[in-house]
Amino acid sequence: MDHPPRMGFLTDTSLCIGCKACEVACKTWNGVPEDGLAMLGSSYDNTGGLGASTWRHVAFIEQKVAATPETPNFGQAPEGNTGNGATDLRWLMSSDVCKHCTHAACLDVCPTGSLMRTEFGTVVVQEDICNGCGYCVPACPYGVIDRREEDGRAWKCTLCYDRLKHDQTPACAQACPTQSIQFGPVDELRVRGAARVEELHERGELTARMYGENPDDGVGGAGAMFLLLDEPEVYGLPPDPVVVTRDLGALWKHAASAAAMFVSVSVAAFIGRRK
Amino acid sequence: MSEVAPSGQRRRRRRHDPNAVVPEAEFTSYYGRPVVKASPWTLDIPAYFFLGGMAAGSSVMAAGASVTGRPTLRRIARVGAFGGILGSTYALIHDLGRPERFYMMLRVAKVTSPMSMGTWLISAYGPAVGAAAVGEFAHLLPLPAPVRKLLGAVAGPAGFAAAALAPGMATYTGVLIADTATPAWKEAGGSITTAFAAGALVSGAGIGLMAPLDESGPARRLALLAAPGELLAVMRMHTEAGLAGETYNTGTAGKLAKVAEALLIGGGVLAAVTRRSRIGSAMAGVSLLAGACVERFAVFEAGQASARDPKYTVVPQRQRLEARKAASADE
Repeated sequence: MDHPPRMGFLTDTSLCIGCKACEVACKTWNGVPEDGLAMLGSSYDNTGGLGASTWRHVAFIEQKVAATPETPNFGQAPEGNTGNGATDLRWLMSSDVCKHCTHAACLDVCPTGSLMRTEFGTVVVQEDICNGCGYCVPACPYGVIDRREEDGRAWKCTLCYDRLKHDQTPACAQACPTQSIQFGPVDELRVRGAARVEELHERGELTARMYGENPDDGVGGAGAMFLLLDEPEVYGLPPDPVVVTRDLGALWKHAASAAAMFVSVSVAAFIGRRK
Repeated sequence: MSEVAPSGQRRRRRRHDPNAVVPEAEFTSYYGRPVVKASPWTLDIPAYFFLGGMAAGSSVMAAGASVTGRPTLRRIARVGAFGGILGSTYALIHDLGRPERFYMMLRVAKVTSPMSMGTWLISAYGPAVGAAAVGEFAHLLPLPAPVRKLLGAVAGPAGFAAAALAPGMATYTGVLIADTATPAWKEAGGSITTAFAAGALVSGAGIGLMAPLDESGPARRLALLAAPGELLAVMRMHTEAGLAGETYNTGTAGKLAKVAEALLIGGGVLAAVTRRSRIGSAMAGVSLLAGACVERFAVFEAGQASARDPKYTVVPQRQRLEARKAASADE
C-alpha cells in the first residue's frame, strides 16, 4: 500500500534559544493539561522532563567553560579575562521530545494494541483503547511516555498526527522561531543534520554530534533526532539506548529452562516414599 | 572550548571507600533526574506476581496429588490455586489506570508483549483452575444431580490442564518485568525468571504443607528443594544485575530481601523438622508463603529504585559505548 514518507524531527540544539514556544504550542494545540507549577531550581527549566502532560521539554544546562580572549569582560577585574583559569558560561538548551523509534519498545509491549505505528512512521497512543496497564512506561528506554494519574491512560507526543493528516507542520516546529525544531522526511533530516554537524565542526564547535540518526543503533534509529553539543547524558538522554524487546527471544529461552526446572523439581518431589 | 568544571549537570562520586575494589562510578546526568521512568505500578503488581506464582505452584501440587492418590492434598492445593488466580487477576485489573477497560487486552494477541501473552495464558489457566476447584465441592452445591456429576467429572481433566499451563504461569511474569528499561530488572533478566519459578514452587509447597501429615510428604520435599533454589536464584539475580544489583541490597528493597531470606530459611528449616507436627508444618508453610511473597515485593522495589537513579541507566550504557569505541579503534 502507498504511504507517505516517514516523517520526523531534527532538533538542532545549536539553534535553540530556550524560548519554550514549542512547549506552549504543543500544550495549546494538543490540549495537554497543566503539569505542575513548581520552581525546580535547575536553571530556567521549571518543566523538569517529558511526561504524560509534557510532550516537549526544554532543558537548560549551565556549563563553566574556559574564557577566551573574546569573552566580554562585563566590568570585572581585568585579570579575570586572561583565560588563565577564568571562566565563561556556556548555556546549552535543547527541546526534548518522543523519539518515535524505528523499533519502539512502548509499541512492542503494549498488550492492547493501543500504541500503533501510523502511516507517517510515527508512534501514537489510541486513547480510546488504552486501559492504562502502564507497561509502556518502564519499557521506554528514554523515559518519555507516562501514565496520567488523574486520567489513568498513557500519553505522549503524537508528532501532531492530526496536523500531519492535513499536510501541516507539527505545532512545536511551527512555533519554533529559530528553526531549532525542523520537521520533514526522516531521510532528508538525516542528511541535513550531518551537513550541519560538518558546518559546526568547521566553525570550531568540535563537540557537535548527531544523536538518534543512526539506523544501526539500539532502537533502529529515531524518527526524532537531535544535534547535540555535548554527551547525551548531559541533556538527560541515555547514551546508548536499546529497545528492550531486542532481547525478548533470549528472555523466553531463560523462561523455558526455568519452566523445565519447575516441572522436574515438582516431579522429583512426588517421586519416592509414600508419605 | 574546553570544560573547566562541570556545573548545572551533576557529577556524582560515592564517598571514598579505602577498601573499594571496583572503581567509583562517575557519571553525568541532567540535575540528577532519572533517564528512564519508574513503572507507575502500585503494590498490586508484586501481589499479582506472588499470587499468580502461588496458583501455579499449587496447580502442580494438586495434579501430583491426583496422580499419587492424595485427596486432601489435592483439595487444599486446588483451593489454593483458585484463590491465587482470583487474587492475582483482581490485583492485575485493579492496577490498571482504567480497570473497566480490562477487556481491551483481549482484542489482540501480541508475541512481542509478555503482558499480552500472560493475559491469554491466564484466560486459559483461570477457568481450568476454577473448574478443578469447583469440582471438589460439586457434591455440596444445590444443583441438579447431572450438573453436579458433570462438574465432578470435569474437575480431573481441568486440574491436569491447569498443571500443564502452570510452568508458563510461573515464569512469564519474570519475562514481563525483565522486558523493560528498568535497570535492576533488565540486567538480571536471566535469573529473574528462575527466581520467580522457584518462588512459585516454594509457595505451592507452602500451600501443600497445610495438608495432613500422611499426605504432605511431597510438599515437604518440594519445600526442601525449592527454598534453597529460590535463595540461590535470588543471589544470582543480585550479581547478574551488575551495578544496579546494589538496589537489591539497599533501601526498602534491601530490607524486604533480608526479611524474605529469613522467612525462606526459617520456613525451610521448619519444614525439615516438623515431620510429626501438622501445626508445625502449617507454620512452615505460612513462613514459605510469606517469604516468596516478600521476595516479589523486594524485586519490585529494587526495580523502582534502579529506575529513579540515573546512575544505573547511564553508567552501564556509557561503559558499553566506550568499550565499543575502544574495540573499533583497535581494528
